[in-house]
Amino acid sequence: MPLLEITNLTKTYARPGGGMHRVLEVKAFTLEAGAQLALRGESGTGKTTFLNLIAGILAPDSGGIVLDGQDLARLGEAGRDRLRAETIGYIFQTFNLLQGHNALENVEFGMAFGRGVDRAHAESLLQRVGLGDKLGHFPRQLSTGQQQRVAVARALANRPQLVLADEPTGNLDRRHGRESLELIREVCRESGAALLLVSHDERVLAAFEHMQDFSAMNRAIATQ
Amino acid sequence: MMLFNLIYRSLRQHALSTVVTAASIALAAGLLLTVWVVKTQSQAVFAATNSGFDAVLGARGSKLQLVLNAIFHLEASPGNLAAAEVEAIRRHPAVRTAIPIAVGDNHQGWRIVGTPPSFFAVEYLPGKKYAVAASGKLFTAGTREAVVGAFAARRLGWKVGDTFQPYHGLAYDPRAKHEEVYTVVGLLEPTGTPVDRVVWIPLEGVQTMGGHDPRTASDVSAVLIQLRAPAAGLMLDMMINKQGNKLTFAYPIGAIVADLFNKISWADRVLTLIAWLVAAVAAGSVLVSIYNSMSARARDIAILRALGARRRTVFGAVVGEAAAIGLLGSAAGFAVFAGLAGFVASLIRAQTGVVLEPLQWNPVFWWGPVVFTGLAVLGGLVPAWKAYRVPVAETIAPVS
Repeated sequence: MPLLEITNLTKTYARPGGGMHRVLEVKAFTLEAGAQLALRGESGTGKTTFLNLIAGILAPDSGGIVLDGQDLARLGEAGRDRLRAETIGYIFQTFNLLQGHNALENVEFGMAFGRGVDRAHAESLLQRVGLGDKLGHFPRQLSTGQQQRVAVARALANRPQLVLADEPTGNLDRRHGRESLELIREVCRESGAALLLVSHDERVLAAFEHMQDFSAMNRAIATQ
Repeated sequence: MMLFNLIYRSLRQHALSTVVTAASIALAAGLLLTVWVVKTQSQAVFAATNSGFDAVLGARGSKLQLVLNAIFHLEASPGNLAAAEVEAIRRHPAVRTAIPIAVGDNHQGWRIVGTPPSFFAVEYLPGKKYAVAASGKLFTAGTREAVVGAFAARRLGWKVGDTFQPYHGLAYDPRAKHEEVYTVVGLLEPTGTPVDRVVWIPLEGVQTMGGHDPRTASDVSAVLIQLRAPAAGLMLDMMINKQGNKLTFAYPIGAIVADLFNKISWADRVLTLIAWLVAAVAAGSVLVSIYNSMSARARDIAILRALGARRRTVFGAVVGEAAAIGLLGSAAGFAVFAGLAGFVASLIRAQTGVVLEPLQWNPVFWWGPVVFTGLAVLGGLVPAWKAYRVPVAETIAPVS
């Protein structure tokens, strides 16, 4: 049984001027536990919406999202929040670190709403991403690459089964992007977490053994 | 634990607005506590202040004026009593003790009261008798000796052996100095009653002071009375107030003072209303301060939600922050209260001699902070609702 199984997933947004706009229609998608898969797609093809639906941040209009045996469509918002807190790690393009909190606290927030804070684990993760000497540093005191590492450590903090990465290297230069990508893949491999990464950057996509074209997968875009 | 951490971090991150908002609550709480404590305690203390007597007999007039004059040493005397009237009440079988006092002079505004030495033998509070500080003694009847209340002595800087000349009238007029020279022979230990504000001299001293009308040399201003039984007070009230038309029998003293507070209760209500209005403004300041920061916080809230925080968690964090500001403000309010109430108490003591103890336990000490924290929580509900409704996906964009 796959870790993630999606069937007939649709999502529609209301247009600002009125009317509805379907942004996502995915017939079928699966991801095995521990697998690493990249999805290719240009900006505006619904990749972030797809990840947000998997993370339970958004609720689908129809279709099923079964993650670790639980159908997100049948869970209420609180249930999806809990599943996200316990099962998913999320790496955002803009890192989304909490600016008023230091690196260690940011990582602790990654586990706070799930099984609880484990400071030793948070520290070991920061050690792993090479920031063992910057636990007390606030995001503004870190370079962009270091902030990305904190975001990676935070995504792994709750010992997730699935890590979602949304253009994780989009804000990094080529060298730091490559290093960051290697780090993400390594720590996911080490922890046994599956990785689902979306990007439009061919260099990033080329690093993956398994890649799918999201633009083709998303019928709402493909048929336009 | 994480909720407390969120609250603490947010308070720290918005330290300036936290301090300013908590300070506004502190002022409101301090004001309310002061109004409440001074009101309840002064009513209780004033109503219980009777210098150990059950009733006051004086010239026909207001009972309140009589009590204020004879017990609190405020106000002017409503008139004089003749010696025969003093003797008549002294001999009445219902009366256990009758002690005359005479007023009409002062020293630099401090009231001089004439009374026999037996006044100081009365228990001013159950089990408490007047005491003269070491190296002093009570005055002897018919002499030009004086015993000075503790507060007056301290303010006048007097010690045993000092001399002074009385001034005519109850208000200080430097031109109205009497010729007689009195010597301080004793300083009373503090009693926390209006007695502390008085310069006491023998009864005859006031009666025969130079310049006073010799025809009234045996008159007194009032007679302080202890009854043999409370029922006798009602009987004397009937006899003197309702059947007679020459004298006033003020009984019971506590009820007359309570009546005064009833008459000025509108002032209490105004002060209390002002305190509650300040409290409402403080609650509004909590609302405004947190609400204004919500736009800046929306992203943090969305990030927390993306990390798995439930809506009710972020709602609770904002409400908890408001409650924490309310608690901080209430705690600081006690400091404001201590200063403000201390000042008011010293003012009341200086004006009346009555000692309030603002720090004595009062129920407002628990319900005040609860109410202020509750008001702060109310103020936090609106921004908390805004936090509850933060759209996660839109707020943590960009979208790819």
